[in-house]
Amino acid sequence: MAQERVQNLFGPRPLLPNRWDVVAFALVTGVFVLLAIGARDTTLPLAALPNPAVSLDPRHLPEYALRTVLRMLAAIVLATLFTFLYAPLAAKSRHARLILIPVLDVLQSVPILGFLTFTVLFFLGLFPGQVLGAELAAVFAIFTSQAWNMTFSMYQSLRTVPKDLEEAAASFKLSQWQRFWRLDVPFAMPGLVWNAMMSMSGGWFFVVASEAITVGDTSVALPGIGTYVARAIEARDLPAIGFAMLTMLIVILIYDQLLFRVLVAWADKFRFEQSVSSEPPSSWVYNLFRRTRLLRALVAPLARGLGTIAAWRFSLPLPAIPRTAGNGRQRLLDALFFVAIAALSGLALWRIISFLGATIGLSDVRHAVTLGFATLARVIVLMIAASLIWVPVGVWIGLRPRLAEIAQPLAQFLAAFPANIAFPVAVIAIVRFDLDANVWLSPLMILGTQWYILFNVIAGASAFPSDLGEAAASFHVRGWNWWRKVILPGILPYYVTGAVTACGGSWNAAIVAEIASWGDTRLVAFGLGSYIAEASAAGDIARVVLGVTVMALFVIACNRLVWHPLYAFCERRVRLA
Amino acid sequence: MTSSAPAPLLRLSGITRSFPKGSGDDILVLDNVDLRIERGEIVGLLGRSGSGKSTLLRIIAGLITASHGTAQYRGQDINGPPDGVAMVFQSFALFPWLTVLENVELGLEALGIDETERRRRALAAIDLIGLDGFESAFPKELSGGMRQRVGFARALVVHPDLLLMDEPFSALDVLTAETLRTDLIDLWIEGRLPIASALMVTHNIEEAVLMCDRLLIFQSNPGRVAAEIKITLPHPRNRLDPIFRQLVDSIYARMTERREQRQPSHEGIPGSGVGMVLNMVSTNVLSGLIEAVAGAPYQGKADLPELAQALQMEADEMFHLAETLQLLRLGDVSEGDLRLSEAGKRFSGLDTDGRKRLFADHLVAYVPLIGLIKRVLDERPSHSAPAARFRNELEDYMSEDYAEETLSTVISWARYGEIFAYDEHLEQFSLENPH
Repeated sequence: MAQERVQNLFGPRPLLPNRWDVVAFALVTGVFVLLAIGARDTTLPLAALPNPAVSLDPRHLPEYALRTVLRMLAAIVLATLFTFLYAPLAAKSRHARLILIPVLDVLQSVPILGFLTFTVLFFLGLFPGQVLGAELAAVFAIFTSQAWNMTFSMYQSLRTVPKDLEEAAASFKLSQWQRFWRLDVPFAMPGLVWNAMMSMSGGWFFVVASEAITVGDTSVALPGIGTYVARAIEARDLPAIGFAMLTMLIVILIYDQLLFRVLVAWADKFRFEQSVSSEPPSSWVYNLFRRTRLLRALVAPLARGLGTIAAWRFSLPLPAIPRTAGNGRQRLLDALFFVAIAALSGLALWRIISFLGATIGLSDVRHAVTLGFATLARVIVLMIAASLIWVPVGVWIGLRPRLAEIAQPLAQFLAAFPANIAFPVAVIAIVRFDLDANVWLSPLMILGTQWYILFNVIAGASAFPSDLGEAAASFHVRGWNWWRKVILPGILPYYVTGAVTACGGSWNAAIVAEIASWGDTRLVAFGLGSYIAEASAAGDIARVVLGVTVMALFVIACNRLVWHPLYAFCERRVRLA
Repeated sequence: MTSSAPAPLLRLSGITRSFPKGSGDDILVLDNVDLRIERGEIVGLLGRSGSGKSTLLRIIAGLITASHGTAQYRGQDINGPPDGVAMVFQSFALFPWLTVLENVELGLEALGIDETERRRRALAAIDLIGLDGFESAFPKELSGGMRQRVGFARALVVHPDLLLMDEPFSALDVLTAETLRTDLIDLWIEGRLPIASALMVTHNIEEAVLMCDRLLIFQSNPGRVAAEIKITLPHPRNRLDPIFRQLVDSIYARMTERREQRQPSHEGIPGSGVGMVLNMVSTNVLSGLIEAVAGAPYQGKADLPELAQALQMEADEMFHLAETLQLLRLGDVSEGDLRLSEAGKRFSGLDTDGRKRLFADHLVAYVPLIGLIKRVLDERPSHSAPAARFRNELEDYMSEDYAEETLSTVISWARYGEIFAYDEHLEQFSLENPH
């Protein structure tokens, strides 16, 4: 077989299209046409948008969905560009790293919807009266939900490139540019694709939230699924909500099949392992393109061109051999660097305090912190409740391979589904049964993110070594003892991974979940999320800053005090080698 | 391949290299090493792990710099990877996302050679090294032996004057390694390898004798050249040839004898007293070795190369074991022979508890660190002490890695001897009270 493949590589063959070409061509052209339609109105002035921006007629839904999808696509392209600039800089330069990594850590903890208030104003100011400004604001909101963890993933990969490959690259005299494309990027690819996929799931949530937004007296309604849902809520149109959910379902499925399945199947070859994995991921689209003849021949020059670019022998003037630190000049430079950084952050802090101090007193801070604890209480209760439900369910499914095969993608899919589309259904129920909003709005916070716990636990239970399970069974380990001694330690690392995402996501969701409406009925729960949402709607920038800062501090505290120690514990004690 | 060239291919003089140690000072890895390589020879660097031979290879490859001394390749100071030097790695270091062909082309691409020429040379190298038909395979689809062939093809394709090999066969199984060795030597004597000379790092004595024209034997801590041996046996060499066996035996003897001469009081183990560097040696393997040597056909005295072959051990591993026996006064090594002491012979006849007691007595008496920990635990009212206290003390003498290995060796031995207990979670030693 290898022989035959070699001939394919070298032997010239007539470039006749085969039947796979026909299918692939239809797909490619279709995507291009859709891109053109979707991008049509973005350069128009705002006033040219139809008023109202969307019609509730479900026949328009495909077009709205298309526009929403394009925003997602634009954001992921931007996030990838950002990652390819930021991560290498942080990984290769010691000084840049000292700043960039803590900044990234903080950015990751800031609630994304909190950003929206500033970015909408900023981008509208940049392109006054144009649709483009509003579009950019929406794209930026999605970008912020994707960029940080993609960057972290790539940074971590770049810092852990195997030493022997580094030496091989140096010994064969690869330039820095060549090394980047031949070694660094391929090594980072599987992690990057996986993180992009996870970010994408989060992205749907934010694209829906960012299309129709009001900041003070600036109202933006971009044609898209998010705006459609917002209008449906205003008009109390329950069937429209149903149509929107259905559309979203289909869109996510298509996106998954046409983009991410392909990427995952392709990125599998970059996985750093020395043996062939038992079941490599596959994608029908990817396989289809590999079977085409004409299309591959057309793409080949492009690939060769990219290969030529990757082979450029150019280097940045960075030292090839890492110098051992410690000489006098180095230390002086370090000291200067730190003084400069300290001065800059001091200045920034002073500016923030003087800005906030003008409108906000100590009592406001105290109020915001109290609200923070209210939201924290919700997050804790919800995390416990979700864990109590989904850990047993996940274990039960995960230990049954056939069931896990079906349930795993389903749970992943549910995690990608923007839960805020389903909020109105819950609000109707709360209004109908006259329930307490403080209690019953809370579950919405975890509606979308609980699935992370489920699918990670399923993955953990599936990966649980069967010999340990058999040993436990043969020694009659049962009941609570089985949970405590056998399965819980076995799935703990997976559970922690899922719980971190679920917890962070819940804080974010609080901003849209603690305040909900149905027509002119408004439900508000007591918490930091509703505080930020209301301040944002009122255009009260100072209070938005305060709320977002307090929330970021809560998230950072959660990570530092709970999740980091748990991660360390998993690394040390319960890793199954 | 004549040696008429005026300047040697490679000339190292006074190479010294140190690495920072846990306590802040530097630890000396290479001390004043001289080396010349002429055209047309295969030179072997033979030594134990930790003798700095891989470090020396990396200095020649331009991957790290020497602390002192001059390193010149073809009369030019080595400053980054020199042109005309290529390296084969112990771990193969293939790029898993590139096919065999792409891996082989990698070095040519870096040199900016155009595509047609690149392909032609890569296919020629693949053909030479016996990888025909595997051009489009990915490394993970290949067996270890085939992967290392890719490693060789990738190095040979740049037509290096000097081929560096860092223990190239030690990750392969015995049969595969032997096939690859003989294939290479065949190509070498037929003059088909596009190289002028080769330098190979190894700890396998037989491999060194089989392949090299000249051997430099390294001693450890710090790494120095202890001896130089010329091997004039014609290729292909036969392992069963009496002259070959004699050469192997004499190198074994030399590698054990050297250390005795240097540090008679410490049995060749680097460092002294509490600062002794201990290698992780399993007590099970130690017991097994004592039993093997005590029984037939050795009856208490065994020839090390013979024993290593019978037990399928690398020379390096065998040295560690023999030295540990010597440290614990359970055995004695001289002239390439391992002799059990009276205590060692007694050990082989005891039951499990008896063995543990004997082992414990010897540990406390002859391993200074264990004696120290025991004393501290006895003296303290709580009968417990944090591991950090001893780790810090160790790091005054050795690097962090060595300190860690020494400490875990001590923990594992003391656990077997039931001398004291160690809580991994609290990182704390305590006196077990078995009642």
